[in-house]
Amino acid sequence: MIEIEGITKRYDATTVVDDVSMVIEPRTIAVIVGTSGSGKTTLLRMINRLVEPTAGIIRLDGNDNRSQPDYELRRSIGYAIQGHGLFPHRTVAQNIATVPVLLGWDKARIKARVDELMTLYQLDPEAYGPRYPHELSGGQQQRVGVARALAAEPNVLLMDEPFGALDPIIRTKAQEDLLAIQKRFGTTIILVTHDMEEAVRMGDKIAVMDAGKLVQYAKPAEILAKPASDFVETLVGASEKPFRLLSLGRVSDAVEKGTAEGEAIPGDASQRDALAELLWSGRSALPVKGEDGKPLGRVTVDGLVKRAARPA
Amino acid sequence: MKAWLPSLLRLLLVVLLVAFVTNPGWFQPLLKPLTENGAPAIYNQGSLLTLTFLHLRTVLIATVAATIVAVALAILVTRPAGAEFLPLSRSLVNIGQTFPPVAVLALAVPAVGFGEKPTLIALFLYGLLPIFENALTGLTTLPANVMEAARGAGMTGWQRLLKVELPLSAPIILGGIRLSVVISLATATIGSTVAAKTLGEVIIAGLLSNNLAFVLQGGLIVAALAVLIYDGLSAIERYTARRMGQETA
Repeated sequence: MIEIEGITKRYDATTVVDDVSMVIEPRTIAVIVGTSGSGKTTLLRMINRLVEPTAGIIRLDGNDNRSQPDYELRRSIGYAIQGHGLFPHRTVAQNIATVPVLLGWDKARIKARVDELMTLYQLDPEAYGPRYPHELSGGQQQRVGVARALAAEPNVLLMDEPFGALDPIIRTKAQEDLLAIQKRFGTTIILVTHDMEEAVRMGDKIAVMDAGKLVQYAKPAEILAKPASDFVETLVGASEKPFRLLSLGRVSDAVEKGTAEGEAIPGDASQRDALAELLWSGRSALPVKGEDGKPLGRVTVDGLVKRAARPA
Repeated sequence: MKAWLPSLLRLLLVVLLVAFVTNPGWFQPLLKPLTENGAPAIYNQGSLLTLTFLHLRTVLIATVAATIVAVALAILVTRPAGAEFLPLSRSLVNIGQTFPPVAVLALAVPAVGFGEKPTLIALFLYGLLPIFENALTGLTTLPANVMEAARGAGMTGWQRLLKVELPLSAPIILGGIRLSVVISLATATIGSTVAAKTLGEVIIAGLLSNNLAFVLQGGLIVAALAVLIYDGLSAIERYTARRMGQETA
């Protein structure tokens, strides 16, 4: 659990982060969204003390994050940044091993962990371990960057626009991979982005920041349904709201009784994808299949449209 | 065919150089036409091999000392605590470069006597600037996100310096060392005016006795050494830079 209490950061007369308080539950993903200059990156960097706050306290599992030397704190927190920041003079395996080496793990344990992470990220340890970062594609570099951040099994992972430099297709894949890995390791993730789409897709909770202040901190559905201010409303994008709301739900939650013609859509697809498929194919209903391939029922245009309406 | 030509020329130069300093007698017929009145064509007041070795040793000692001082100074002034010394160390190093080596020799001899010492002092001062400026460039132009990652991973100041900053600026620092070595190789010859044992001895003997063959052989050995060492250091630089995926000039 991460408790941020009354955190403020001032540079001379400018207040970059203004009295922010929020609690991030363990094993969840909190996404901080805001425009550039909103203080979201500064807030993130105060958690691992790359920036020291002017006022306020940040507690990690109850401990003040100033209770140990800053470098020791940072070794216990994963940190992944935009443009990955891999060490160009070190191989992929050495890059991933950075924090375990700093912590003095023995060689066998480091190798086992590096191999585990590389396999998890679909990079063959034999083939890619000895390569240098510039020999990898952008998507691979990004994965190595996240693998490096996760190497020492941190409970908390901080990510600053980690997918910012990726093209849309690789970005979607990277987001899915991160969600899967978060589930697997139960890591608490705090992710900074300017992309509301990414926030809705990734976040258990979304924190919206504007001019250093925390404007709203709530579940994605609530941010979409009840934006706390005009700023949040603009950020969400009025015309996008119904579709973002649908993208939060799974098809299996919108299943109705009955059957329909045509190819079935999997139950774990998003309701947005189902609606898109219905509209595009000009049909009024789609069959739904479960993970085992058995029919679950159907989704209808009418049913989905009702779900896209503003929650009461 | 183009690719192996430079390597072949280099190899040829090495063979010629080694042959000349170990068996200068073989080249006597070539140099004889440059002498007058039956003067010797090959330097006969000492072994060319020994002089070449001593010349290289002088340059090596001066360059190692200049590298240690220049890099240490560059590291110091790029730390937050040492930043205010940057203008001061810049001017100190610049003064070392503006002082003509001959003047340094003239000033150093009364203090430390004749021989190798004044030459070492002159070469050391003269070699500081390129290494210091390059080390400064290297340490101040590191990629920001890599440094951020190093800090975020929990490296201490020393660990960042030794594991990230110095390895990343190594190609640029090597470039400074290369320049410094080549300047020192040429400048070391004037050390012989204050009785340092360098290849300058051969050139000066030639000038004193009006023997063009001496001047030429002394000059050619120094030139060949400079070309080969410059090439060798460039190759190391390219290798370290390429490993990091950096473009090389």
